[in-house]
Amino acid sequence: MALDVNEVGQIAHLARLAVGDEDSQDHARNLSNILAFVERLSAVDTTGVEPMAHPLEMTQRLRPDEVTEPNEREQFQALAPLTEHGHYLVPRVIE
Amino acid sequence: MHDRTIAELSAALDRGELSSVELTRATLAAMETGSALNAFITMTPDIALAEAKAADKARAKGKATALTGIPIAHKDIFCTAGVRTSCGSRMLDNFAPPYDAFVVAQMRAAGAVMVGKTNMDEFAMGSSNETSWYGPVQNPWDTRCVPGGSSGGSAAAVAARLVPGATGTDTGGSIRQPAALTGISGLKPTYGRVSRYGMIAFASSLDQAGPMAQSAEDLAIMLGAMAGFDPRDSTCVDQPVPNYQAGLEGANLKGLKVGLPREYFAADGVDDEVTQAIAAAVETLREQGAEIRDISLPNTELAVPVYYVIAPAEASSNLSRFDGVRYGHRCEAPKDLEDLYKRSRAEGFGEEVKRRIMVGTYALSAGYFDAYYLKAQKVRRMIRDDFAQAFESVDVIVGPTAPSTAFSMGAKSDDPVQMYLSDIFTIAANLAGLPALSIPAGMGAGRPVGLQFIGNHFAESTLLRAAHAYQQCTDWHTRQPGEEG
Repeated sequence: MALDVNEVGQIAHLARLAVGDEDSQDHARNLSNILAFVERLSAVDTTGVEPMAHPLEMTQRLRPDEVTEPNEREQFQALAPLTEHGHYLVPRVIE
Repeated sequence: MHDRTIAELSAALDRGELSSVELTRATLAAMETGSALNAFITMTPDIALAEAKAADKARAKGKATALTGIPIAHKDIFCTAGVRTSCGSRMLDNFAPPYDAFVVAQMRAAGAVMVGKTNMDEFAMGSSNETSWYGPVQNPWDTRCVPGGSSGGSAAAVAARLVPGATGTDTGGSIRQPAALTGISGLKPTYGRVSRYGMIAFASSLDQAGPMAQSAEDLAIMLGAMAGFDPRDSTCVDQPVPNYQAGLEGANLKGLKVGLPREYFAADGVDDEVTQAIAAAVETLREQGAEIRDISLPNTELAVPVYYVIAPAEASSNLSRFDGVRYGHRCEAPKDLEDLYKRSRAEGFGEEVKRRIMVGTYALSAGYFDAYYLKAQKVRRMIRDDFAQAFESVDVIVGPTAPSTAFSMGAKSDDPVQMYLSDIFTIAANLAGLPALSIPAGMGAGRPVGLQFIGNHFAESTLLRAAHAYQQCTDWHTRQPGEEG
């Protein structure tokens, strides 16, 4: 499976990564190599094999539906690049 | 005092031969002297000295564990309250978390003294410590070589005897491979044995924290403190923690059924010096009474391809949280929201991280999910089933940890697939959720060779006893860089 620069651009968009033109060439080559490397999986007969999501086959624990975390908005927002009046600021979305 | 193990230092503290403050000062001085290795991203001398004073007081009152007053370094993937936690990335260069990881809190509760945060491959993605935003780490055995990765800073710091122990994480070999390349001992516990709370996520179905130190006994001491149930990690297992250190008493290899997977010994691309050292180590096990058996793990060669679908897929999801909005790097003057996301991430992440995010995004995208991710999860089960079958007839599985000794900086950094093959023997244990450790077991051209033991789920005690018994009759684990001969 060889990827071209257009496909790299599409994947980068899905991943929300800005990728420059010169880097696209490198990514196309490297991603194609990696996909070629994992391609051998397609030849494996997995008929009747259940996909494995967890090594210990555990089920998720349940816990009582109770509030356990205090509100620490000020502490958390102190880490943010840009906040105002308790809100995270981003460029205007709605004109 | 730096060449002493945790167990020896703990005994010295008990006898009053030295104080934790003295030990901590000496450790901080060694870290300064050894700073050219670039093993640390952040040193925390003020915290260390305060914790050392508290440890000395606790010890005076008779309230000491084996770790009370022992200097420990944490891999910079573990959140430390108020102390920068970069994960080796520009993205988190300005991030000082508001809370401690479970592992950090456990080590502190046991009285350990935090001396700093160690260098690592960016977001733990790498096998050479060359992808760190803070620059590569040197291997103390040969400073032109890599220390392995991703826990390369922790490995180099222990190998150079800057610190007696350090924490690491292992998603595909990131504790064991650097331990092998730097001649130290390192253990990846069973998946779920140690809480992942506060450990920055890479591939959540594979990530596991563990100890790195000079000896199996020190690993036992550290694991005893790190393990335990934590409801804040939904995959953490609620099982009692055995006293791993006490379990080493009388450890021997008599009658231990040791499986040698023929696929690990017939693999292409294994250095001769590794093959020879491992053969000699197996002979030692046999002389000590172990029963050596030939076994087969037929799907061995599929482990790396499975990993390079599953790990990037999970990483692409986990790393979507870094968006330039809530914490971490944010680009200058974004023109709209999409530009904010795209440029913040492009500037904050390095090349290998971007590569894996894109591979994962592709593998999870509409039309490809079944062919890649689902297929990989099916083969993952086949790999786990191979181990389940093997453990019906053997107690431990033994082989090389890595196919080569430490390689030169830059040797593999232009070829991702070659770099990925550095983890050919370690990745399967992560896929199957099994505990595994690496101990030094020989030298090849002046560089250490690592011997890997893989055990069944929750058989950490078996692994530690076997490794300890081996270290009782060999001295590879006492060798250190710069010694004669």
